[in-house]
Amino acid sequence: MSITTEGMKAKELLAYYQAKADQDARDAKARGDLVCWSASVAPPEFCVTMGIAMIYPETHAAGIGAKKGALDMLEVADRKGYSIDCCSYGRVNMGYMELLKEQAMTGKTPEVLANSPAAKVPLPDLVITCNNICNTLLKWYENLAVELDIPCIVIDVPFNHTMPIPEYAKAYIADQFRNAISQLEVICGRPFDYKKFQEVKDQTQRSVYQWNRIAKMSSYKPSPLNCFDLFNYMALIVACRSLDYAEITFKKFADELEANLEAGIYAFKGAEKTRVTWEGIAVWPYLGHTFKSLKSLGSIMTGSAYPGLWDLHYDAHDDSLHSMAEAYTRIYINTCLENKVNVLLNIVNGGKCDGIVYHLNRSCKLMSFLNVETAEIIKEKTGLPYVSFDGDQTDPRNFAPAQFDTRVQALAEMMEANLAAAE
Amino acid sequence: MSKVEAILKQLADVAANPKKAMDDYKAETGKGAIGIMPLYAPEELVHATGYLPMGIWGGQKQIAKARTYLPPFACSIMQQIMELQCEGAYDDLAAVLISVPCDTLKCLSQKWKGTSPTIVFTHPQNRPLEAANKFLVEEYKLIKTKLEKVVGATITNSAIEDSIKVYNENRAVMREFVKVAADYPQVIDPIARHAVFKSRMFMEKSKHTALVRELIDEIKASPVQPWDGKKVILTGIMAEPNELLDIFKEFGVAIVADDLAQESRQIRTDVIDGEEGPLYRLAKQWQQFYGCSVATDTKKIRGKMLMDMVAQTEADAVIVCMMKFCDPEEWDYPVYYRQFEEKGIKSLMIEVDQEATAFEQVRTRVQSFVENM
Repeated sequence: MSITTEGMKAKELLAYYQAKADQDARDAKARGDLVCWSASVAPPEFCVTMGIAMIYPETHAAGIGAKKGALDMLEVADRKGYSIDCCSYGRVNMGYMELLKEQAMTGKTPEVLANSPAAKVPLPDLVITCNNICNTLLKWYENLAVELDIPCIVIDVPFNHTMPIPEYAKAYIADQFRNAISQLEVICGRPFDYKKFQEVKDQTQRSVYQWNRIAKMSSYKPSPLNCFDLFNYMALIVACRSLDYAEITFKKFADELEANLEAGIYAFKGAEKTRVTWEGIAVWPYLGHTFKSLKSLGSIMTGSAYPGLWDLHYDAHDDSLHSMAEAYTRIYINTCLENKVNVLLNIVNGGKCDGIVYHLNRSCKLMSFLNVETAEIIKEKTGLPYVSFDGDQTDPRNFAPAQFDTRVQALAEMMEANLAAAE
Repeated sequence: MSKVEAILKQLADVAANPKKAMDDYKAETGKGAIGIMPLYAPEELVHATGYLPMGIWGGQKQIAKARTYLPPFACSIMQQIMELQCEGAYDDLAAVLISVPCDTLKCLSQKWKGTSPTIVFTHPQNRPLEAANKFLVEEYKLIKTKLEKVVGATITNSAIEDSIKVYNENRAVMREFVKVAADYPQVIDPIARHAVFKSRMFMEKSKHTALVRELIDEIKASPVQPWDGKKVILTGIMAEPNELLDIFKEFGVAIVADDLAQESRQIRTDVIDGEEGPLYRLAKQWQQFYGCSVATDTKKIRGKMLMDMVAQTEADAVIVCMMKFCDPEEWDYPVYYRQFEEKGIKSLMIEVDQEATAFEQVRTRVQSFVENM
């Protein structure tokens, strides 16, 4: 890609760098260089230091879902024996992987792959996984490694049943970082470049800093940011946080939002009636519907803990790697209920929200099975109303638009009544 | 009633009535019981306190109260446990030990609805590393400290060593029992086999060992008879309720080995001898464990392990007892199923739902599977 990025708006930069990341991986594959598939919150710092091109199956699957291509991939996974109970990101990815494998083995592109709206990404030479957002990522990556007969790097971040995070947990994770480095030295056949590693960590921190600048913009009332936009920009904090692609794009977006705020330009043109927190993953095949449904009610999303998963700030100069270990293990869904609730409370309060929408996600047990308790505690602490809807991140069969609409309408009525009573 | 029948009845009674087993233990020893949630825990630490470790593996309740706290896509066993929690079934336990090797258990560990205190710990999953052992030792130290608080006494290394010995002996006798059950399917039918396993969850282990030892010796006094039925291996979390096992019995299917989390996975690996302290050796047992969906294995040897078991036992097929909505098990299935297909190993997947009351569908499937074998 030889297009200049000068003068591009943040939205254009997002599209450009998303496409470029995939292109980088295709180019790497064509050159005979290594490609790694990675879990979305696994540390990319080690692979990027080694010059390995990264692909993120969860982001890729979300993209397929948003482009209405999930069902074809889910059917392939179904034929291979994957139960509908397995995470739909995982099933979409296993379906896609099987098609790529068939293509590689037969030299022919399966029709379903040729017709898929999926971004074209190459098969991996290795995979890296981390269970800070679920243990499903351990199972899914075991299967990728075995079905493709490739190395699997595991970063296990134990569930923090008690907070604060104990030193021995950080020591265990830091030891795994060092082990990952050794594994990569063997896989790549060359020593790890610690000078480059420092640069990559510094770059990651700059990306995270700009990401957090954007997230903070929803604290203004009225808000210049609709957090639905974060679902889109998330692609780069996942896939490119250790490259400057993310930093450049997020800085531009944060600058634009700040300029808008100063000029009095708001996301809903100032017509926001109520503000909500969205707890859970987006419903990618119905992203537009969920956005429009809330917008039609004047409800703006100013809180979401999901994008906050990538608030991976750490001390990049801590050679013990304990700080980095802590950043990767403190993800709120990897902690006890009390901490989880506190993180979400900060989101709700920070976004000055009037209510909360809980996504009971058929694909994500970890982000669903504590919803009842979380909702009750937050209701008790804030008095804010909430609703829950049934959905799925990428399997369109598990979401009913009418149910969603009814639920958020009920929430809007409760929020408006509360606001009227307060006036 | 023969001696074999008498022992089997005694074990079956314990398996069917854990509450009585617990009350009898309390009356006999003056000590209480501590619950052990699935799937794995260092029970030896509980045993070393003198309290009775009580397995918590669900029941056959109709789900009602649990619906408030869990959506329908939570696994069957956790639905049952939640229902029983809500009913106060576990409130006589002095504490409940909860491991969190899957996403469902992470959540369950944070929402116990009973009155007993919970002790939560995490197994490391990057198991080949020495760092994982060190981490787990620290988790076990936490468990030990919390248990000491619950029982109001110190747990000595000497007591833990004694308990390790008791548990290793029980695991060894159970592994021998598995072979005996395979050799004498006319004596040990699928329901009796399950009862022998299940009763070990509610009995002080040295007593269980003694009974099973006696059972084995009695059975082995008779010659092995030829078996003209089919032989299978079960894999999954558990094979309950008895109505399910009754179907195997009905069609002359012998269980010659199993890879069930409730049964043989519990006895697969011993705690090794050595110079290291007992907590380290208990942690090392988790590192040496293999072939289970919640113990991460990037080589995924479960398929090969099952095929080796088929070869060793000359089994006709593998029956996959798929716990309803258990995603770790569901993720393993496509890989070992493909491996079975490639090697010509016959397999049948049946759904395990503890709430089930109708078994006609499974019955028909097992019947036609057996006929086609």
